[in-house]
Parts: sequence; C-alpha cells; structure tokens
Amino acid sequence: MELMNIHEYQAKDLFSQYGISVLRGAAAHEAGELEKAVAQMPDGRVVVKAQIHAGGRGKGTFTDGYKGGVKLCESHAEALEVAKRMLGNTLVTKQTGPAGKMVRTVYFNEPCAIAKEYYLAVTLDRGCGRPVVIASTEGGMEIEKVAAETPEKIVKVNIDPAFGVAPYEKRILAYALGLSEKAMFAQFSRLIDGLAKLYWEKDCSLVEINPLIVSQDGRLIALDAKIGFDDNALFRHPEITALRDLSEEDPKEIDASSFGLNYIVLDGNIACLVNGAGLAMATMDIIKHYGGSPANFLDVGGGATTEAVTNAFRIILSDKHVKGILVNIFGGIMSCKTIADGIVGAANNVHISVPLVVRLEGNAVAEGKKTLAESGLPIVSADGMADAAQKIVALVGKCA
Amino acid sequence: MSILIDKNTRVVGQGITGKAGTKHALNNIAYGTKYVAAVTPGKGGAKFEDKLPVFNTVREAVDKEGAEASVIFVPPPFAADSIMESIEAGIRLIVCITEGIPVRDMIEVKDCLRSHPGSRLIGPNCPGIMTPGQCNIGIMPGYIAKPGKVGVVSRSGTLTYEAMYQLTQRGYGQSTCIGIGGDPVNGTSHLDAIKMFNEDPDTEAIIMIGEIGGDAEEKAAAYIKQYVKKPVAAFIAGRTAPPGRRMGHAGAIVSGGSGTASGKIAALEAAGIAVAPTPSQIAETLLKFYK
Repeated sequence: MELMNIHEYQAKDLFSQYGISVLRGAAAHEAGELEKAVAQMPDGRVVVKAQIHAGGRGKGTFTDGYKGGVKLCESHAEALEVAKRMLGNTLVTKQTGPAGKMVRTVYFNEPCAIAKEYYLAVTLDRGCGRPVVIASTEGGMEIEKVAAETPEKIVKVNIDPAFGVAPYEKRILAYALGLSEKAMFAQFSRLIDGLAKLYWEKDCSLVEINPLIVSQDGRLIALDAKIGFDDNALFRHPEITALRDLSEEDPKEIDASSFGLNYIVLDGNIACLVNGAGLAMATMDIIKHYGGSPANFLDVGGGATTEAVTNAFRIILSDKHVKGILVNIFGGIMSCKTIADGIVGAANNVHISVPLVVRLEGNAVAEGKKTLAESGLPIVSADGMADAAQKIVALVGKCA
Repeated sequence: MSILIDKNTRVVGQGITGKAGTKHALNNIAYGTKYVAAVTPGKGGAKFEDKLPVFNTVREAVDKEGAEASVIFVPPPFAADSIMESIEAGIRLIVCITEGIPVRDMIEVKDCLRSHPGSRLIGPNCPGIMTPGQCNIGIMPGYIAKPGKVGVVSRSGTLTYEAMYQLTQRGYGQSTCIGIGGDPVNGTSHLDAIKMFNEDPDTEAIIMIGEIGGDAEEKAAAYIKQYVKKPVAAFIAGRTAPPGRRMGHAGAIVSGGSGTASGKIAALEAAGIAVAPTPSQIAETLLKFYK
C-alpha cells in the first residue's frame, strides 16, 4: 500500500482553496494546450516547471541531455520553447532513479523576487500520535539534511488540528522564523491555519512547503507544494482520488493492488510470495542474507484465494529479471492446503519456467506438502525459512 | 503466568456477527476464551451462535455481563468509533484487529485514550493477544503456542507466529504474546509491552520483534538498557526494504533516512540486546543465554 501523491499544480490548487498564497500558475498536459496556458501568465518572464512525483527537479537532467526541470524564461515565446522540450521528455533526478519519469504536464508560474526562504510542513509525529508542524529558516534545502547537520535550525510544535492551532503555538513558530513583525505575523497566522485545516480535512499524511518565501514586496508565498494523502482515508475523499495520476505508478503494482495483493518491485532476481507484511520483509532479508537478491515484496494477505495466488504468480513472472521464486507461507488460521491448492492451480494456469522453492509451515502443513508432492510439479520443498532461502539462492546463483 | 489477560477475562466481541469475526470468535471460544457478549448495533436481543447475548451497545455488555475486554472486527470506516465506544464504556483492554483505519481517526482515538488512562488499546491492524492455555483474543492460531515463561511482542502477525512456533518446537512456552500492529499510530507500544513483561513475575525472558519505520524499537531499547534484567532477544524486519516505500504495513516505511533497520539494530545492540541475524533464528538467539 502506497501513499497517494499528487503534482505540484494540483497541490497549489488545494492551497488556494485553503487560503494559502501561491503564485499565479497554469498547467498544460499536451502541446496543444501550451499557448493557452502561457497566455494566462503576466507579460514578460515566466517560470516553467516539469510536473513529476519526485523532488530535485531543478537540478535534474532529461534523458536526451537537456538540463533542468525548472527554468526561468525571459519571455512567453522562450517559455513555450522550453515547455515543448520538457513535455513528453523523461526527467532524471536524484529521487526518480536512473530510469527517470516522463513529464506529462508542465506548469507555468509567474516569477517572483525572493527576499528570504523557509521550510514549513505538517506531518504525523508517530512518537505521540499527533500532527506536528515542522519549520526551519533553511528553506529550499532538504529537511533531512538540515536535521542531520544543523538540528538547532528546526523548530517543531505538536498541534491538535481538531481544535485548531493556538496563538501561542503560532508565536513559537513565528519567533523562531523571524516572522513575528505585526503585518507578517498576520499573514503567517492565516497560512498556518490554512495548512493545518488542509492537513486535517483532506486526511493528508504530509503537507510540505519548500520553500516558503517572503517576496521582496513583503508577501508570504508557497513557492512549491507537496502533498501526500493517507490511502486508508481515500474512501471519504472522491475529489482527492480523482487527482491520482496512475502513469506515475508501476503498472505491475497497480495490477497487483486490484487483486488485494501488496506488491513492490525491487531490482533483484528472486521473486517472493509470502503471507503477512512482516514475514514478507523478513523473507527478502533472508534471501539477501544467503547471498541472493529479492525481486519484489509481495504480501498475499491472510485471506488469499486461489485466484489471488494465481494472479500473484502471473505478476511476479511478468518481471523479466525473475530467475527463481520463493514461496514462504506460515499458515496461521489459513490452511496450508488452501495455499498448496492455489500454487498447483496457478502452475496449471501460468507456465512457471523458473525454479520454485516452497516452504509451508503451520496449519494443515502435512496435507499441503502432500498436495504439492502429488502434483508432479517441479517444486522444491523446504523446511524452515533458512533452508528455503539457501535452496533458492543455490538454484538461481548468488548475486555479485 | 501472564499480563493483561487470563482464563477469567470476560470478553465482548464488537462486529463478531460478521463472517470473519464469527469465525475468529468461535476459534477463540473453542480455545477456552471467556466470551460473554457480542455487540452489533441493530441486532440487540439476538443470540450469537446460540451461545452469547447480542447487545446494541458496549455499555449494555458491561452493565449486564461484566465485560472487561473487547475485541473489534469492525470495518475500517467505523472501527475508530467502536474503539471509542469501548473506552467510554470503561473497557480496560480493547483489542482492535481491523486493518486500514485512517490515521486521522487513530489520532482522535489516541487523544481519547490519553484522557481515559484506565483503558488500554492493542492494535489496530494486529493479530491480537494470547496467554497460552488460558485466553486467546484475536486471530492467532492456538496450536502453535504453549504455556510458559517467554513474553513475545511484535508489530507483525506472521513473525509473531514464527517466534512462538520456534519456541514451542524447542519446548519453551510463552507467558503472553502481543501483536501490537503495523500502523503508525497504535495503542500499545513495544515499550509499554516491555514494561509489563518486566514487571510480570511469571515472565522470565522477552522476545521483541520490530520492523522499519518510526522509533518505537529504539525507545524500548533505551528502557531495556536501563531497567530490564531479564534476557531479551530481538529481530528487526526490513533490512532490504527500499527507502520511501510502504512495505505492506502502513507504518513500515523508511522516510528521510529515519526508521531504518540498521539504525534499529545498532540501537538494540548498543542496549545489550541480542539481535537475531535471520528470522529463522529468533528463538535460537534467545536460547543461547536463556535456558
């Protein structure tokens, strides 16, 4: 299960709805929309921003060698040219991985003269189970880097958003940031109210403004916007679900989620099929421990059916890097017989062309093992996780 | 021989008239757990499987049947409300099995728990709690357990089973096993469970199973270093998990470089806790210095 993220232009629309100041902007999703979008900007200089779900865009490079996913252009004409170079091109940043992400939307912004930059975010504080506002004078920097190198430059305040942000909580933040002067504090106060309300009402997991800026004419503006949502709460937000961009997600992962499978692609060659998230992680770990490399995380859940197991096999085999499969099941309430039937059913429906090691333990394990043995399938049976991991690594070969 | 529950614990099931809830409640009852009532709004007055009275509210189950613990099999959109209903009714131990409760709802539950210190929540998104041979509340398979003196606490259901089964196969039983759940906001932490095991005269040794995300394991390690003299062994899942991805459990995510398996393992080892190198060596790691 993944956090749902949205694009900057969508996040800024939400900011506007919650009274958080943003610069004027217009998005275009195809070449034919570019002229109309750029025409909505004031005359003169325009900023062009590639829209992908990853940070580090400004310093990124496109796969055709073109540099920079955020560009300040001197004219509308130049902005149009730059936008055409970006649209449909693939941007690689330090967060996208080497494959990069295709830019399917560009966002035009009016430029702004910056006096000072800050960092401001609301997220969950797991330690106390409450939201926390995180602020820093080090705007535009990665907050993790600031936290590691100059933690004294970060201020945190736990809030109760159902109640609202108290004036004293705003003062703690405003004094720490140097935004306490009367007119500026009034702007800051409205901003924090909007941010906390957005976080709470839309079930966000993160609302981040980096950088938040004070412009040279004294306005407090969200220059960038990043919002993640709690997947478990999307059932009560159809308007947020509609913002989902499936092209940003791995098609195999989308496929798996439609069968209730928790599947995450990794870069190894031993596929895993496991029940339970903790056991699935531990299975990846033990493959690595014995010198192999896991191709995926896959939790089939506690109530997996033959159909789900069949589809799980189909999906892991669609990954061309897979050279072997490890099935690791601890049947708690679920019977190992059910799982074994699922495996045999799957093998009959999907051609399994790579070595398959199966470890069954728990409820009805003898019947499960019998089913597998009598199936005539080339399945290697294992006793315990260590045995299973060693067997599949031996069959596939260690990774360099 | 246990913490939190024993053979006399009187349990009310919320949402056990549904299909999954019925199956697990019947398993629990067959194990010997003392269920005294079911609560399903709108079905008050009926009988659950010809055995238990069904009430419309938890308050009635407390007043009429003396329920002191509750187990929740209510769907995610309504589960937090069910937890708070139990808290309001004065239930001292609430076990919420439900997976997929919105974080915002759990933030509200956590606030409610803070103002009602007499109630403890286990979970959500957990397998439950079991005192082998006496009481099993939730979805843990009874046959892998054995009465004994090792306390087990874990964020993961199936890894709890691995540890219990490894112990049982080697002839070592468990005092109480607690699955605290895989969500980022939960009721009972590793630290809470460790404190209870430490104070329980019948728990001689402890197994703690953690995973990536948050810093609950680190907090428990700091406490163990200072206060716990009983043998403690641990396992942390997710050494190979890529950062920024949620590994099945909502709370299992490495974000911003924090919550890594290596950081947790280092904190545990610095506290003098033996960390199992692989999930198949959890019991073995403990039994090296606990006989």
